[in-house]
Amino acid sequence: MTSNISKDVLMLMLERMWRIRHFELKLTEMYSAGEVGGVHLYIGEEAVAVGACAAMDDNDYIAGNHRSHGHPIAKGANLKKAMAEIFGRIDGYCKGKGGSMHLADFSVGILGESGIVGSSVPVATGAGLASKLEGKNFVSAVFFGDGASNQGACHEAMNLASVWNLPVLFICENNQYAVTTSYKDTVAVEHISDRAQAYNMPGVLVDGQDAIAMYEATAQAVERARNGEGPTLIEALTYRFEDHSLGLEKIRKSEYREDSEIDEWRMRDPLDLLTKSIVDSGTATQAECDAISAAAHAEVEEAADFARNSPFPDESELYKDMFASEMPVV
Amino acid sequence: MTERMFMQALGMGIAEEMRIDPKVFLMGEDVRASVYGAAAGLHDEFGDDRILNTPLSENGFFGAAVGAAAVGMRPVVETLTSFMWVGMDQLVSQAAKMRYMFGGQATLPVVYRAVMYYGGGSAAHHSDRSYPVFMNIGGLKVVTPGTAADAKGLMKTAIRDNDPVIMFEDGTLLPTRGEVPDDPDFTVPFGVANILREGTDVTVVAIAGSVPHAVAAADEMAAEGVSVEVLDPRTLVPLDKDAILNSVGKTGRLVVADPAAKVCSAASEIMSIVGEEAFWDLQAPMQKAASKQVHIPFSPSLEKLVYPTKYSIVESIKKTMG
Ligand SMILES: Cc1ncc(C[n+]2csc(CCOP(=O)(O)OP(=O)(O)O)c2C)c(N)n1
Ligand SMILES: [Mg+2]
Repeated sequence: MTSNISKDVLMLMLERMWRIRHFELKLTEMYSAGEVGGVHLYIGEEAVAVGACAAMDDNDYIAGNHRSHGHPIAKGANLKKAMAEIFGRIDGYCKGKGGSMHLADFSVGILGESGIVGSSVPVATGAGLASKLEGKNFVSAVFFGDGASNQGACHEAMNLASVWNLPVLFICENNQYAVTTSYKDTVAVEHISDRAQAYNMPGVLVDGQDAIAMYEATAQAVERARNGEGPTLIEALTYRFEDHSLGLEKIRKSEYREDSEIDEWRMRDPLDLLTKSIVDSGTATQAECDAISAAAHAEVEEAADFARNSPFPDESELYKDMFASEMPVV
Repeated sequence: MTERMFMQALGMGIAEEMRIDPKVFLMGEDVRASVYGAAAGLHDEFGDDRILNTPLSENGFFGAAVGAAAVGMRPVVETLTSFMWVGMDQLVSQAAKMRYMFGGQATLPVVYRAVMYYGGGSAAHHSDRSYPVFMNIGGLKVVTPGTAADAKGLMKTAIRDNDPVIMFEDGTLLPTRGEVPDDPDFTVPFGVANILREGTDVTVVAIAGSVPHAVAAADEMAAEGVSVEVLDPRTLVPLDKDAILNSVGKTGRLVVADPAAKVCSAASEIMSIVGEEAFWDLQAPMQKAASKQVHIPFSPSLEKLVYPTKYSIVESIKKTMG
């Protein structure tokens, strides 16, 4: 089912998904080597952000959460700056002040990742409000988890976006767990997308392993939003292949997920699925797809070298950026 | 007495009180798996009914604890300091104010356990040391254990206390060890400071994670012939004013070591009390060894500049010695 989507878009999606995958495999390697601290991996969920961002333009906005590398890379973030940020270096996106959980690149519409669960949902809603107030045509999307969907801020923002008819996409990455807690124990409805009814907006349940399905669902929501028809709640059913975060491996021992469940989801690796669609439809050859992966891998290696060689911020940076203009140090 | 980790001591305090009083229950995110460590083993012992995994809804379950307490339960709520901002309405508008607003009708024996991580490269969203904010609210007891024994003893007192209590569990102390009484009747009263080192030249009041740094600073100064008294107030609300004033009366010099940001910190309040009530005892300007007034930067090269350390405390002590 790749007929409606151009080869360019398909190959772009594949490229960005490989960038995320290689980026995080590299982080895993560097974490083991003690080069970087604990981070939350998006491995297994790449199709969600990539499918969604491919259906948006550069001047559309996104905001995200603690599982923080996939969203910006999907939106076109620079791998070198992202990697340098995770290394806490001056050439990072936030001059080393934010780290892994707070990647942001306002220049390509990435309003930032948030460590506080649910906290960026109202922020993205506000970007949508600005679009409407200024009569602009951009949309705003927020990625948040099944856990976050239970935050008051999330409910409040969705209602607000609906009553004000804002061009906002609420994209819930339902990877089925918040740390060790299954959404089945914390969400009272069967599907998080069912909640859309209560906000009087469309709620769409999408296979989050399928980049093409994500692209199509998002493209529809974007079109509605640009036409002034208001927000959409998209629930992407997905799975995190790894532990909640590198550094919290001990939680694995609590056996909150069956190994068989993990294995079953790993069989539906979003990269394999997209590659297969591309190859089976004759859009591109396996060799072309492999070349994309290899190029992404090389880019990631370059980014890692760049990050390692970037200096740490020096003392003069400490108080900078607290306020818009310099203030006396107290 | 058994040597235990601070983190274990917290868990022991909770477990002992849960054995004594069936009205005590624990709730929080992933508490059954004990993600933050102190709740290890509690789910096995007390089961689903008394160890509740909550949805990610801090405002909701912080407030549910208030309601459950209002009708007779004794909830213990686990969270991180940085997630308290999400539940702030319930903490401030309900937990702190209900008793007073309702003319004393509401009794709210809730304990909010706020794990306070900082210093480990977690950046601005996960590094808050927010106890001074809660000192300012009123109606909330604010507890900052500095040793493993106090972690257990103060936890037990907090659970038995009839007011809302926030236990700030300093992440830098969680792995530290100390002698902890095994006696289930052992408690540590609120409002009584702990003198960790007696001294005659300078008083260092040290809060939470600053306690071991202050002790190390005192040891270093002793080698230089300066006698430092180290005092841990252990609870900031209520605050053992008398112990602080007595100590300053003896030494004539005060340093306050406080991991919170320096503006309107616990140190600010303690120094203002000493300024108002013991000014004539002072032989030198008081010194504040608190965190810099800045959000916590991710990069280790910047984060290491922020918090008080043994070195900054030593420097402050030297300043008071002229
Ligand atoms: C307000 C708040 N509460 C708790 C946490 C701790 N925490 C970090 S991630 C997480 C789970 C989030 O689950 P979900 O929203 O489903 O995202 P996922 O990690 O599954 O991608 C929790 C509880 C937090 N960061 N912020
Ligand atoms: Mg989740």
